[in-house]
Amino acid sequence: MEQTTKDHAELAQEFNRDEDRVDWHDETLWFIRAKRDKAAHNIPEWETLRETASQIKNNVLSNLHNYLQQFEQNAIANGVEVHWAADAAEHNQIVHRLINEANVVRMVKSKSMLTEECGLNEYLAKNGIEVIDSDLGERIVQLAEEPPSHIVLPCIHKKKEEIGEIFHKHLGIEAGISDPQFLTETARQHLREVFLTRKVALTGVNFAIAETGEFVVCTNEGNADMGAHLAEVHIASMGIEKLLPERKHLGVFLRLLTRSATGQPITTYSSHFKKPREGKKIHIIIVDNGRTVQLGRKDFRNSLKCIRCAACMNTCPVYRRSGGHSYHTAVAGPIGSILAPNLDMEKYADLPFASTLCGSCSNVCPVKIHIHDQLYKWRQVLVKAGYAPAAKKAGMQAMTWTLSSPALYHMAGKAGRWVLKHAPFAVNNKLNPWFKQRDMPTPPEQSFGEWYKQNGKKK
Amino acid sequence: MSSRESILAAVKANQPDSTALPDLSLFGTTEQGSLQKFAEVLGAIGGKIFHVSSYDEIAQTISLQYGDGVKIVSPLKEFKELRTENLDDLTSIHDLHDVDVAILKAHFGVAENGAVWITENEMVHRVLPFVTQHLAIVIDAKAIVPTMHQAYDKISNAVYGFGAFIAGPSKTADIEQSLVIGAHGPRSMAVFVLNDNPYSAEAIK
Amino acid sequence: MTVGLFIPCYVDQFYPGAAIATLQLLEKLGIDVVYPQNQTCCGQPMANSGFEHLTKGCNELFIDNFADFDYIVAPSGSCVLHVRDHLHDDKNPEAAKNISHKIYELTTFLTDVLKVKSLDAKFPHKVGMHQSCHGQRGLHISSMTELVAPEFSKPGSLLQMVSDIELVHLGRKDECCGFGGTFCVTEEAVSVKMGKDRVEDHLEHGAEYITGVDMSCLMHMESILKRQGSKVKVIHIAEILNGIG
Repeated sequence: MEQTTKDHAELAQEFNRDEDRVDWHDETLWFIRAKRDKAAHNIPEWETLRETASQIKNNVLSNLHNYLQQFEQNAIANGVEVHWAADAAEHNQIVHRLINEANVVRMVKSKSMLTEECGLNEYLAKNGIEVIDSDLGERIVQLAEEPPSHIVLPCIHKKKEEIGEIFHKHLGIEAGISDPQFLTETARQHLREVFLTRKVALTGVNFAIAETGEFVVCTNEGNADMGAHLAEVHIASMGIEKLLPERKHLGVFLRLLTRSATGQPITTYSSHFKKPREGKKIHIIIVDNGRTVQLGRKDFRNSLKCIRCAACMNTCPVYRRSGGHSYHTAVAGPIGSILAPNLDMEKYADLPFASTLCGSCSNVCPVKIHIHDQLYKWRQVLVKAGYAPAAKKAGMQAMTWTLSSPALYHMAGKAGRWVLKHAPFAVNNKLNPWFKQRDMPTPPEQSFGEWYKQNGKKK
Repeated sequence: MSSRESILAAVKANQPDSTALPDLSLFGTTEQGSLQKFAEVLGAIGGKIFHVSSYDEIAQTISLQYGDGVKIVSPLKEFKELRTENLDDLTSIHDLHDVDVAILKAHFGVAENGAVWITENEMVHRVLPFVTQHLAIVIDAKAIVPTMHQAYDKISNAVYGFGAFIAGPSKTADIEQSLVIGAHGPRSMAVFVLNDNPYSAEAIK
Repeated sequence: MTVGLFIPCYVDQFYPGAAIATLQLLEKLGIDVVYPQNQTCCGQPMANSGFEHLTKGCNELFIDNFADFDYIVAPSGSCVLHVRDHLHDDKNPEAAKNISHKIYELTTFLTDVLKVKSLDAKFPHKVGMHQSCHGQRGLHISSMTELVAPEFSKPGSLLQMVSDIELVHLGRKDECCGFGGTFCVTEEAVSVKMGKDRVEDHLEHGAEYITGVDMSCLMHMESILKRQGSKVKVIHIAEILNGIG
């Protein structure tokens, strides 16, 4: 899973070489957006629920110091071991140590975007530990040696024929099979064997409850439970922002999460892990990895309210037409574009610009993160920090200079129109991205300003 | 400084001024959950509902549904005759890998999403409701709450090691958004609603 | 009541018809309209590209031109949203704030301030209404499909007052056209694809004209229609409401 050096625009352009595929990707995700709309419209108090969830998360972020300690204390009282990881490297080392302590070299893992963010699989592979992802979509991309392209639907970019080919190559099914039912059954048999033989299972955490020390994991497949309940050691990795104050707050979030994500009323399984099974172990790793820095950024801290439903990806007209991999980060789409620059401004400087600021993301967000406002604000921060591409900067300065001066503006306008009218080839060339697939408006005889001088009211 | 201390210190330094928690009482209701709604939603998410008036009726339905030669387990004394293995005789939870049908009692159901709430005591083994090929749940007809808010009101500060909302059979749509029932967990989920009024054991959906 | 007419730079340069229609429509409704001739641009192209710090000159100029009017009206949701949200002036913060309260997108000015109930306009064509994102999601001139809220449309209610117009239904009522300011060149591939898809939705549903409150979106769709050789035209909503059919 190599990191690319291409930016979003270049990767998006590659994705757009196959227009039929873009249409298919767009339609598939739009279908999920439509299901989300239907589910939301079935709840008359939907907007109140969103507001409530937002307020709960604001309270969490503003009292995080207390909640983290309260959670830790209660988890320990429940017999759970709690670990703290300042960054990705420390998280990975803790997981590695826990696997070593269990005397095994294999682990099964259910979906955890945090472990993707930390690059856990690669780290463990380098250290001789085999990790098998048990979520069907994640298993598919793992076999394909690709990162997930979507946080809820990891292989949404793959067609069933391609998945059949992957299973043919890796799981020994006949070539040419593409029936989802058959492919799912194949994965079921393959992973059942894995669940029954792994002593260490890692899961993510959807919500952690300060009041009780329990944590909740949501899946449709049941893979987190199959892994955790059959293993001797259950490792649960969570970011510091996953907390909720009290158990009753789950009522708000479990109503919102899956309706926002897939349009289902709830995931098949919402599993509340409080105490380890007798004689077994649960470890919770609480991870920072840049989150406390984001917490300190006034304009961006409320991105930490995110519950990873991916509604913003499904609704994003850019994401649907550029694919998850074009964001070259573990969490793609609009939310990823406001989270990633916090981790590395230079590497992810392109992402806040991969948006038209249409605002649909903010409207579907179940915790009311103003995603598009933050995209705008990240642009300002990134430009000031010197990460704007040089060409754009020069052009922008010329534009500013012109637009700040009425005299220059009127001259440039005339010149611009003159050029368009009399020498279209001068502008209409391959170097101007507008013209590759679009035309310019027919230039009018005169601007409105000129017309007004002749026809407008005399003052 | 340990990572714990450095993280907590950074959180303290960077967290904004405290804001209040919202009032959840505006989602409150004293209404009963609708059994009809529960049945509708459960059907829509791939579950099956059976209205029954006795445990015998459940046993008959299960026999009829799954036939002979299947491994049936249940901690409920009412199914002593029906079960083919005694959970007490289990030497390892891995022996549960070939269970065909598990019959468990749930605390209550949630009308808005078709989920049932079940805790470790009723599962006996945490993995049982997940590893079984088919899951059969028994709930009381009166034990339906309208929404998740009432569900957590009901759970309140109950003590459990593990608990889960289970809503229908295991499923996935990871391959081109095609819904496939039976991902890693049960291939079917039947909910038997025990009612005082005798109904025939006929599936609504 | 004196209204300052704010004409976005690209409308001034490329679509004077939309500006003229706006002026005539307001005058027909009895408003005293003044067009300050030293205006240029609100600064949005720079700000949306991350150069808000370079918009000082634009801001000062804007305040100079418009501070004294009772209302400021522009035939654009996008530019109005930018002025509302981002116009600031450290030397004169009150003036900036004041302007942000009295600047209106044209259709909202008609429905909310003038409370227009009827229009003398006829447009016997099938028309697709494009919901420009900034007007819709930013200024809330129409309901949004993402929200669980009552449906309404301020521009839509005005179009209903036009005789013989037939508004076509769209598959995706409020998807972005992909213009996005400099996005249209920096993210060329996705921008074009978004534009093509948006245009296709209107064509599929038989629109002869695509209208909207923002000329920038319409310009984007027009650029694609022209490349495709389509006979379908774009037209700013002011031109329809002004009765030029």
